[in-house]
Amino acid sequence: MHDIHAVILIAIIAAVTMLLRFLPFLIFNGNHEVPRYILYLGDKLPYAIMGMLIMYCLRGVSFGALAGWLPSLLAVAAVVALHVWKRNTLLSIIGGTALYMFLVQVVFA
Amino acid sequence: MKSIVRKSFVKSLPVMAAYVILGMGFGILMHDHGYGPLWSIASSVFIYAGSMQYVTVDLLSTAASPLSAALMTLMVNARHLFYGISMVGKYRKMKRTRPYLIFGLTDETYSLLCDDRDHPADDREDELYCFLVTLFNQSYWVAGSALGAIIGSVLQFDSTGIDFSMTALFVTVFVEQWLTSKEQRAALTGIGVSLLCLLLFGESSFLIPTMLLITLILSIPYRRKASSHA
Repeated sequence: MHDIHAVILIAIIAAVTMLLRFLPFLIFNGNHEVPRYILYLGDKLPYAIMGMLIMYCLRGVSFGALAGWLPSLLAVAAVVALHVWKRNTLLSIIGGTALYMFLVQVVFA
Repeated sequence: MKSIVRKSFVKSLPVMAAYVILGMGFGILMHDHGYGPLWSIASSVFIYAGSMQYVTVDLLSTAASPLSAALMTLMVNARHLFYGISMVGKYRKMKRTRPYLIFGLTDETYSLLCDDRDHPADDREDELYCFLVTLFNQSYWVAGSALGAIIGSVLQFDSTGIDFSMTALFVTVFVEQWLTSKEQRAALTGIGVSLLCLLLFGESSFLIPTMLLITLILSIPYRRKASSHA
């Protein structure tokens, strides 16, 4: 039962994810030309969506206690600073994550 | 051919670290909740959507209903509609590999392939390049998941905070876009609208209103431009 439930959930989550990924191509891909408005949106959206994804990652931040927001703030600042300085994606991600893990496990534990 | 393989591999390198590490985090989490390597691998092969797979661990362990799993997926992954919309033009000519290109269009694959830099000028070469970047990325994710499931059963270590690597990846892409493009206003719109909707709707239901409002606000300059041309 445990396993059947898990198989069903994974299948549903996979199917909905696929539907969301394929839908735009099914709608706009035939012989219809993609409307200029859609192309315009496709041009602008990536920048706004990346901002949204950052806020999505930080949605759990709470301002009750220092430990609820300071580790995220410091680690995000470190990622920005590292990336502006070195422009090395790997370094920015690993440096920021290491700092965050240190902060939540040691400093604000 | 060989140079395209090398080019796409080099392009995918930044994602390798993120996917292996995040995939490991997912595998470890699955193991902690009683789901072994086969479950992690199956999720990463068939679902292949990072943040949603972390949510999946929650759904599995709380015995969520199929309907609530479907709705949650719709919420968390709705942004993929936008990735699709902005890739319709680029993927139109890529007939042979298109189903897989669309299936594998994750946040990170999209962030690598959405700009025009580094794409080969030749159409066939570009298709191979897009296909390989997508395939490399998924193999990192699957390998990381398997590795995490195995590590989880062998090693004991405190992985608290490892999920920040996802935040760090998006911040890095954001900064890179900020420094190399002229779309700072769109970037700020994304941050500002998300923040507003997060305060208004709360963390579990702000994504849909955020996406609607972002689309609306970004459409204003287009309408103005279109009417001034008329």
